[in-house]
Amino acid sequence: MTAKTNKSGKASKSAAPALVDPVREANEPTSLVARFGPERPLVMDCGVTLERWQIAFQTYGTLNADRSNAVLVCHALTGDQHVANTNPVTGKPGWWEVLIGPGCPIDTDRYFVICSNVIGGCLGSTGPASLDQATGKAYGLNFPLVTIRDMVRAQSMLIDYLGIASLFAVIGGSMGGMQVLQWASSFPDRVFAAVPLATAARHSAQNIAFHEVGRQAVMADPDWQGGRYLDGARRPSKGLSVARMGAHITYLSEAALHRKFGRNLQDREARTFTFDADFQVESYLRYQGISFVERFDANCYLYLTRAMDYFDLAADHDGVLAKAFAGSKTRFCVASFTSDWLFPTADSRAIVHALNASGASVSFVELESDKGHDAFLLDEPQLFATLRGFIGAAARARGLA
Amino acid sequence: MSDVRIDLSLIADMVEPGSKVLDVGCGDGALLALLASRRHVDARGIELSREGVAGCVARGLSVIQGDADTDLGDYPDDAFDYVILSQTIQATRAPRRVLENMLRIGRRAIVSFPNFGHWSIRAQLAFKGRMPVTSNLPETWHDTPNIHFCTIRDFVELCDTLGAVTERAVALNAAGSDIGVKAPWWFWNLFGQQAVFLLRRTALASAPDAGPL
Repeated sequence: MTAKTNKSGKASKSAAPALVDPVREANEPTSLVARFGPERPLVMDCGVTLERWQIAFQTYGTLNADRSNAVLVCHALTGDQHVANTNPVTGKPGWWEVLIGPGCPIDTDRYFVICSNVIGGCLGSTGPASLDQATGKAYGLNFPLVTIRDMVRAQSMLIDYLGIASLFAVIGGSMGGMQVLQWASSFPDRVFAAVPLATAARHSAQNIAFHEVGRQAVMADPDWQGGRYLDGARRPSKGLSVARMGAHITYLSEAALHRKFGRNLQDREARTFTFDADFQVESYLRYQGISFVERFDANCYLYLTRAMDYFDLAADHDGVLAKAFAGSKTRFCVASFTSDWLFPTADSRAIVHALNASGASVSFVELESDKGHDAFLLDEPQLFATLRGFIGAAARARGLA
Repeated sequence: MSDVRIDLSLIADMVEPGSKVLDVGCGDGALLALLASRRHVDARGIELSREGVAGCVARGLSVIQGDADTDLGDYPDDAFDYVILSQTIQATRAPRRVLENMLRIGRRAIVSFPNFGHWSIRAQLAFKGRMPVTSNLPETWHDTPNIHFCTIRDFVELCDTLGAVTERAVALNAAGSDIGVKAPWWFWNLFGQQAVFLLRRTALASAPDAGPL
């Protein structure tokens, strides 16, 4: 077990920082990394035990003397550990810098924030893009299927490694919210406050269906090569790009698309009577697809979508969701967004009903937004006010000044 | 505590310290905050308005956005020591079902409501022939969220129908003072501007009846 210090990409002579190679990043991440050997194996739900594995993470702020101010942030499907620093692969700001930082609702002047790349991911935690030491090649489809619970189990071992007995808060949206729920269920004594946002206790049939379309798009690309593409130079970029385009639509809303693009044409006066990207919305989606494949591994996309599909917290508890939270002392704050049709408010209400039935302390609010599922990542003042209040009250209850 | 609304203060006094309380229609959380600070209760709330919930959560209260008419059914039996409905029953679509659910999920229910039998309301209807607008109920008939007004006697009858036992009942006059236990129901119904009832489900054998029924 070794922790590597953070070597962020150095700025070259031009203003833009030098970006790192995503393939290299899967094994040698530009972040902290905890490496585990056979003495601390990762036992996975599928029955496989990973004897050598690693988890890449970032931290912000300072752990207090009591080790009581740690906040774990769980990322969504295509997120990573770079939650509040410039992303070394894309050069873009951290994915939740609006929420996390000095003076922000999750104030890094007060809290010690940890964010790790999920197991099965491609930015430095062991996953399909990582090197399989048994073969000297990338795992590809030889990597065992990952579940949300596996991700959380790995995170709990990271928290052990950091010497933290109990987390002040665990927070995340979408797939990150699933991890939050799993944390609260698997390790109730280690979670003081839980904030699952825009998420569900189980993935819906419609969402599994969307994921399956994305996976089929990847696998239909001849460059996917049965998942062995990392052995050569070609990448299933077309397939992964289409998968991302489809998924991206589900993260928005009809109203948001209309507001942003309407039927406006892209850099042209009239329709071209071709299949060019005549409409702005087409051009936007193509861009989303192309920029995604530059930063994300196709096999990882298959694995992580599968992990979400398999998530059904009630199924692990005789089909009764309330049993997943029985006797919980954790304080919950659940939030959904009016225009989110991927994880609609009904999904959040199901969580709230289960928490009520188990007697847990829970706050819930449906926030007004036309930005769809992505709203949880955006600058939403109502969300921030709610989180500020909830986290502040939880901090007082925890004895954090 | 002198600036605390008299009816909220009265409700707080009915609640055992350290108990578990659900306030249905908790608004901005004033009562929950009072209960938490004065009676050290485990305070939970349900509120319909998004702004109300956001305000409550920002005060550190455990409040969920929900509807008394549809969401109480999801709570298990005996989940709370007290379920409170403060100045809200007249705004529910199905007051009887709401009260039934309150008596099911709480060991006790506390209901406060404006008395539509108050003399000033009767007078407006009798002499002006207009729907009453008072300082207590300032909205006109087409603006008001209050769709199921009742008088104290109406409420007592509903409690009887449901087999609920009144452990305590208080009527407050327009000045906010307690009208007094000795007064007969007709007097309460005429001079009580609002009423607060502490109820529990089904009669026990030889249960003492605190009201002047």
